[in-house]
Amino acid sequence: MKRAVLLLLLFLLPILDPNPYHTEILSTAALYALLALGLNIIVGFVGLLHLGYAAFFAVGAYTYALLNLHLGWPFWVGLPVSGLVAGAAAVLLGLPAIRVRGDYLAIVTLGFGEIVRVVVTNLEDWTGGPNGLMGIAHPSAGPLRFGVEARPYYWLLLVLAAVTAWACARLRRSRIGFAWLAVKEDELAAGCLGVDAIRMKLLALALGGCVAGLAGCVFAAKQGTVTPDTFDFIQSMMILAMVILGGLGSVAGAVCGAVILSVAPELLREFAAYRMLLFGLLMIVLMRVRPQGLFGSR
Amino acid sequence: MTPGELFLQQLLNGLTIGAVYALIALGYTMVYGIIQMINFAHGEVFMVGAYLGLTAVLSFGLATPATGGIARLIIVIGIAAIGCGFLGLLVERVAYRPLRKAPKLSVLITAIGVSFFLQNAVMLGFGAQDRYVPEMLPVRHWGGGTVSITPMQAVIFAVSFLLMLGLQGIVYGTQLGRNMRATAQDPLAAKLMGIPVDRVIAMTFAIGSALAGAGGVLFGVYYSTINFHDGYLTGLKAFTAAVLGGIGNLPGAMLGGLLLGLLEGMAAGYISAQWKNVVAFAVLILVLLLRPRGLLGERLAERA
Repeated sequence: MKRAVLLLLLFLLPILDPNPYHTEILSTAALYALLALGLNIIVGFVGLLHLGYAAFFAVGAYTYALLNLHLGWPFWVGLPVSGLVAGAAAVLLGLPAIRVRGDYLAIVTLGFGEIVRVVVTNLEDWTGGPNGLMGIAHPSAGPLRFGVEARPYYWLLLVLAAVTAWACARLRRSRIGFAWLAVKEDELAAGCLGVDAIRMKLLALALGGCVAGLAGCVFAAKQGTVTPDTFDFIQSMMILAMVILGGLGSVAGAVCGAVILSVAPELLREFAAYRMLLFGLLMIVLMRVRPQGLFGSR
Repeated sequence: MTPGELFLQQLLNGLTIGAVYALIALGYTMVYGIIQMINFAHGEVFMVGAYLGLTAVLSFGLATPATGGIARLIIVIGIAAIGCGFLGLLVERVAYRPLRKAPKLSVLITAIGVSFFLQNAVMLGFGAQDRYVPEMLPVRHWGGGTVSITPMQAVIFAVSFLLMLGLQGIVYGTQLGRNMRATAQDPLAAKLMGIPVDRVIAMTFAIGSALAGAGGVLFGVYYSTINFHDGYLTGLKAFTAAVLGGIGNLPGAMLGGLLLGLLEGMAAGYISAQWKNVVAFAVLILVLLLRPRGLLGERLAERA
């Protein structure tokens, strides 16, 4: 009940406060909430430290951009396809990487993340190189007018994030969720109990990648352009920072971490040039005060 | 240029930048060796070193293109190295030491925080545009024909070689080095033997950061422009170098740095400059998949 009220409130927020700048921030926060939820499946649920998550975000964005520009596919068809393609990419890049563990996996994923970005930057015939792709169609849906204005995207992202959060919470308490937890805590013991660790990890990668793909598709449709520098290492680290700040494995934590880290730079805007400086300090202070994350256990 | 000459030239160019990667990689590998932590802010310390070098050159008028260029360059390197050494101490004290008992990933966040802070501090101080680093050494091309080595390249080789030799001397020839090796093997046992573990870890950061600062100056004078964004990609590559050689292993970091520079040089010469970053990371992934411990490394703990 409480959650329904909260959700309704969030839904009404851009109507209660019609300031377009605020709605823009809200939609950014919702986008990051979606991304943090997806990465939380990979890092929080099954314990794979992934440092290249922005790559799947990129795959989703470029999938929709290319399908729309070359084949004229509408957004609503592009959305699930982007999710699937990004999920498939996550599994494909995961297959060779999954055998290595711990810090090494982190480094492999970092490498893959960079490779995806550099490949996108250099395949100029397809991706427009560093200038990216332009003229990507905004969605259309009956009376709801999607344009450059943020409000409908906010609602769409809110729905996607809410559904993802709900699915994550359900998943965590399902057989799959317990298997993930077992793999995360002790892979050997999980294997002895009949949990196929590789399959569980790939499943987490697929789902996490899929969520990033959906986010990428909405992002591309909202911006109308995609450029490779959006999907750099810093982006991956920011999303990871949101998950860790919220508390690894916590669904509410991922959302809160995303909201804090995407709204904080805006709140610090009055400090103008000093805002990213203060943002860096804020991250240090937050972790020193609560090292396990806001909603983390232990 | 004949194929042989092209090869030789790319070899020289690659090894030059590889020597700089090696200097930075040493900092990553020392810190990893001693507390199993990937110091993601290390690239920014390198970048700060480059800017400290620039400041020293400008404020002391060290760029006057008369004689004694090498002596002046060494003063600049010394200033940057000392400055970065203190910066390393500060970063460790503020962002890492308080979290030593916290979950391992939380230091990743403080490291990102430090990165943002340093990047923006430099941007506020020096502007966001590329900064020109004055020539410190006469521009000459030794070697006559199409293959040439500049004085700057020679100095980079010499300085990095001497610094690595010095580090080797510290680690294997002094009490501090002995303490460092003991702490790396088993911090608890080291503490029980009366080794001031916290101070040893702080000194490890200081030395690694000083090397990165020296690397920053060499990078700046070699490319003659620096930007506050430079720490990110160069840091990432130096880290790649550390992994390539076997993270936690000092000779490995040097070998990894030179090898990565070499591969990049070859990729730039034979494929295209744009793709050289892909080559670096592709090699990294191949090494990790085929030989995860790196070229010279030993087996590592499994948990992140």
